[in-house]
Amino acid sequence: MSNEKIQAELAAYEASVQKAIARFPERPHLPEQRLYTPLDIKDTDYAEEISFPGVYPYTRGVQPTMYRGRFWTMRMYAGFSTAEESNKRYRYLIESGATGLSCAFDLPTQIGYDSDDDISEGEVGKVGVAIDSLADMEILFDKIDLGKVSTSMTINAPASVLLAMYIAVAEKQGVTPDQLKGTIQNDILKEYAARGTYIFPPRPSMRLITNIFEFCSKNVPKWNTISISGYHIREAGSTASQEIAFTIADGIAYVEAAIKAGLNVDDFAGRLSFFWNAHNNVLEEVAKFRASRRVWAKVMKERFHAQKPKSMMLRVHTQTAGSMLTAQQPNNNIVRVALQTAAAVMGGTQSLHTNSRDEALALPTEESVMIALRTQQIVAYESGLADVIDPLAGSYYVEALTNKIEAEAWDYIKKIDEIGGAVAAIEKGYIQKEIQDSAYKWQMDVESGAKTIVGVNKFQIEEEAPKNLLRVDASVGEKQKAKLAEMKAKRDNAAVEAALAELEKACSDENENLMPHILKAVRTYATLGEICGVMRKVFGEYEAHVSL
Amino acid sequence: MEKRIRVLVAKPGLDGHDRGAKVVARALRDAGFEVIYTGLRQTPEQIAEAALQEDVDVVAMSILSGAHPHLFPKVVDLVRGKGMKDTLIIGGGVIPEGDIPALKEAGIAEVFTPGTPTTAIVDFIKNNVK
Repeated sequence: MSNEKIQAELAAYEASVQKAIARFPERPHLPEQRLYTPLDIKDTDYAEEISFPGVYPYTRGVQPTMYRGRFWTMRMYAGFSTAEESNKRYRYLIESGATGLSCAFDLPTQIGYDSDDDISEGEVGKVGVAIDSLADMEILFDKIDLGKVSTSMTINAPASVLLAMYIAVAEKQGVTPDQLKGTIQNDILKEYAARGTYIFPPRPSMRLITNIFEFCSKNVPKWNTISISGYHIREAGSTASQEIAFTIADGIAYVEAAIKAGLNVDDFAGRLSFFWNAHNNVLEEVAKFRASRRVWAKVMKERFHAQKPKSMMLRVHTQTAGSMLTAQQPNNNIVRVALQTAAAVMGGTQSLHTNSRDEALALPTEESVMIALRTQQIVAYESGLADVIDPLAGSYYVEALTNKIEAEAWDYIKKIDEIGGAVAAIEKGYIQKEIQDSAYKWQMDVESGAKTIVGVNKFQIEEEAPKNLLRVDASVGEKQKAKLAEMKAKRDNAAVEAALAELEKACSDENENLMPHILKAVRTYATLGEICGVMRKVFGEYEAHVSL
Repeated sequence: MEKRIRVLVAKPGLDGHDRGAKVVARALRDAGFEVIYTGLRQTPEQIAEAALQEDVDVVAMSILSGAHPHLFPKVVDLVRGKGMKDTLIIGGGVIPEGDIPALKEAGIAEVFTPGTPTTAIVDFIKNNVK
């Protein structure tokens, strides 16, 4: 059927629609366009825009055979209380079929404070594991072979320190840095814009990040040096297009910073990775994933003139949307996560964390996390969604939506360029305001009923508070303080002092790569708080832009 | 002219999640209150001092990190200690139902848990502010 014929038939269809609407008025708040046809993608060139898996612009996926060769890594984010408790959970997950590790750290650790700092009171071990020094890290990976496993660590401002600790633990296991596989999140820009666990101001933070790029390119070549994240931007309330646009803008800032620091783009770009949200609208999410790969590939090729294909490939870890979990009727969350998993898989993620049903209320119990992991395994093995590559390609709707999200992303990136780049956009509050406006609109839509959330504003029931939630023992703080005191008494405090002094000197020299100095300090059992304390002293602390 | 209700929206502790706090702050503003938002990483001392300096009628805290059992009662004590006996102190975020009685005992007037519409918070303030 030629496009002209389709156009004519479409007009006839529209007439039948009017008749149908008279009898069946359409439900409110639906997208305006009800149907997509070849006309909606008539200008999309298959070879140029869609292409093939593993071929520029990677719309259809970054690997040629995708899940037919190997499933995405089933990587469950975990960690709470002490290193001993978290180690147990990691081994439970591996035994249950998880194929990668993912470490959650508590807020004091994420913000560079030791468990015995005044500011840590009440926070130790609550949202992740408390890591005060190499001693805790050794316990965290007890009986886990760092030469075999790949580990992602959700750590940003003090990523350099945790990476150094990981390398030091591996050393003790006889595993050399060149064998290590894993990721550090290490994405400070989104901390300023959406997540809040920053320490230092932008300049020294970017220096630390580029130091890590350089250090790893030479010493830890299999390590993903950054997980440029949109997940949190989406969780903070952004739309799908904003999620990828703001993240890619951050990515552009990191690449620019690294090039400015003297690195060659093809020497580090292949180890940049990303982190997307898997939200509720399944088809929009698939389109978002595909659009993101296309946009990044074009950015790397046209803007940064990358030569290596690996430099242009957007490899991504995904997490199902935590903000979409409800406290009401928590078992419904199992269904939500299953749909979000389908979206991530059809979207072509390299790695996936699935939330547990109870996570609107608490960290997951063993039983809940098992269901979340089984969700991935059922999608992988039973649903058929992983058996054919990029199965939704060619859908008029999904291709049109991919194009639309791509176009919206370019608009935002252009706007951010006009402001002066991601750092400037964050300093001026532009990204934060966009996110906030989207978040407010969402909430108003829910409260007006324009958006339905089952169990919350429709199909509510009277229910009892759920029992058997995970509780982090309040004594964890005291336990960590005691451990710290004991460790400090045993270590060579002269060596610690010397290493910290050397680190301080190195911090003041912008041309020094800080990783070797941090490694040295970490090996003396200098604490995270002590090391970050030195960096705080030299770099200062970020003053947040408070805007409403 | 009627004096507008003044609300301090605060983020105690290290928790960086501010979507809820900002949405609530804006909803309160749209409902006609005067709202001051503290931003992140406020110690209990900083919150109480801000409440005093801004002469607020309400302190509204948002926390998702699980540190509320320690931080909320501290804020209440410090606010009361500064002589603000009538200030309405409320909280919200990821707070298990089981923790709420103890928080109320400590002086938190109401706790707003996930799924609560902003209108419920507005109404509570209007009905309970002194």
